[in-house]
Amino acid sequence: MATPSPVLLSVENLEVNFGAVRALKGISLDVHAGEVVALVGANGAGKSTTLRTISGLSRPRGGKIIFDGKPIGGIAPSRIVSLGIAQSPEGRRLFGGLTVADNLRLGACTRTDKEAVGRDSERMFMLFPILKQRLKQLAGTLSGGEQQQLALARALMAAPRLLLLDEPSLGVAPLLVRHIFSALAELKRQGMTMLLVEQNITLALDLADRAYVLRTGQVALSGRSAELRDSERVAQAYLGEAT
Amino acid sequence: MTQLDYILQQIVNAVSLGSLYALVAVGLSIVFGVLKLTNFAHGDVMMVGAFGVALLAGAGVPFPVAVICGIAAAAVAGLLIERIAYRPIRDAPDVARLLTSLAVTYIIENVGILVFTSSPRNFPLPDILNTSWEVSNGAITFTSINLLTIALTFVSLLLLGWFITRTTTGLGMRAAAEDMSAAHLVGLNVNRLIIVAFIVASAYAGLAGILWAAQAGVVQPQMGFTPLLKAFVAAIIGGFGSIAGALVGGYILGALEIFIVAFLPSSVSSYRDAIVFAVLIAFLLVRPGGLLQPNREIKL
Repeated sequence: MATPSPVLLSVENLEVNFGAVRALKGISLDVHAGEVVALVGANGAGKSTTLRTISGLSRPRGGKIIFDGKPIGGIAPSRIVSLGIAQSPEGRRLFGGLTVADNLRLGACTRTDKEAVGRDSERMFMLFPILKQRLKQLAGTLSGGEQQQLALARALMAAPRLLLLDEPSLGVAPLLVRHIFSALAELKRQGMTMLLVEQNITLALDLADRAYVLRTGQVALSGRSAELRDSERVAQAYLGEAT
Repeated sequence: MTQLDYILQQIVNAVSLGSLYALVAVGLSIVFGVLKLTNFAHGDVMMVGAFGVALLAGAGVPFPVAVICGIAAAAVAGLLIERIAYRPIRDAPDVARLLTSLAVTYIIENVGILVFTSSPRNFPLPDILNTSWEVSNGAITFTSINLLTIALTFVSLLLLGWFITRTTTGLGMRAAAEDMSAAHLVGLNVNRLIIVAFIVASAYAGLAGILWAAQAGVVQPQMGFTPLLKAFVAAIIGGFGSIAGALVGGYILGALEIFIVAFLPSSVSSYRDAIVFAVLIAFLLVRPGGLLQPNREIKL
């Protein structure tokens, strides 16, 4: 990038506690408009907690979350979705007793422009054709890969300006993982800004422009994906205290 | 009277009683869905609806107007209970929430006794609803209020079905019942959903209370206890928290109670309630998630 695009999301010194446990110990990161940024690191490093806090499900104990120039730390999750941040959560968290169509409809529940919502449904069926065949089916009866596609589509139906993705490859058959990541690459090509949490570091760094490596609630290192891919320090960060 | 007529008569009775249980149980399930709270005060909301009608109709207000006001009073009562008693303790431990729910019940019932005394008062049912209809030369009789109960339940449950499958708010209520975090993440205003759930559930409780009082002919401050207990059993049989389950459970329970009395010798049928609760225990042992939710455990 010759001229950097404006910062869309800025997290400064974010601290989150779960009871006595300090889950995040002052994380700072930026996501620019149009950029895909990955959060990688071992289990318990604080990746999901970071996303949950940005979405408003966990309250920050300290630090700031600034989206599009406005502080959003600690405000209601539904307000955050209205402002333009949607999340496809870990484990998909679909409404299993509701149909695929109703899951998509709830994804757009913060929007009032019916025509635009209709156009976005059509876009989802282009991106994930299988969903169109499954519209009347209960979400709980879909396969893992189909559920992941529905989770992504449900988040996208909010017409977000920032998409938070938590472990999109988890519990999905390898062939479908490729399919899902090519859909994500297509979204990136269309200009969607994404913050991605992913255990599979190869997949994450292939898709992302930049990445932050988290370790025990802190940013261990960060940089452009291409640089991090060959860095021994990434492997060390994963191994934890060994360094 | 032929055997067939007798059976038909009992079926009408069973559907009528089952309708009442279903109306109450559906409300319990709606609230449990969004709040994971057993709202014992639900029975007292029934009482509010019934008393509203008794007082207004007794004062000369036309009966249909009194019924609408009674349902509205019940909805407002539910709204106030949520706002005053349940919202401050929404994130408290389950035991605290359960005890609060019981406390609300006792407070409402005792205020009711203070104001209206615990002796039953007459429920002024218009004559047209007190008439009986006879079919096949008097072999089958049903009162207008029986028919009205069945018809109103049918219409109101159709309306509920439309609400929870066609409107975003209704779908949102089911979504929040399934997964509260996910409901937050798609941007549903959960606070608003809980308020709507209380209004809807309480309106149904109000209607059920009015119909219950109409069949009994009297109102009394503690009248909500028995139907609440029965609806609770019905909801568990069907699958607690599931609206469809509450419906199915309500009709099963109604049929069970009527048929025990109708078809078993009186030496057995006098143990009706014991049999019903034995069935409940059997369900809790064999299928704790209820008929429609075999894999879910209930947590009060």
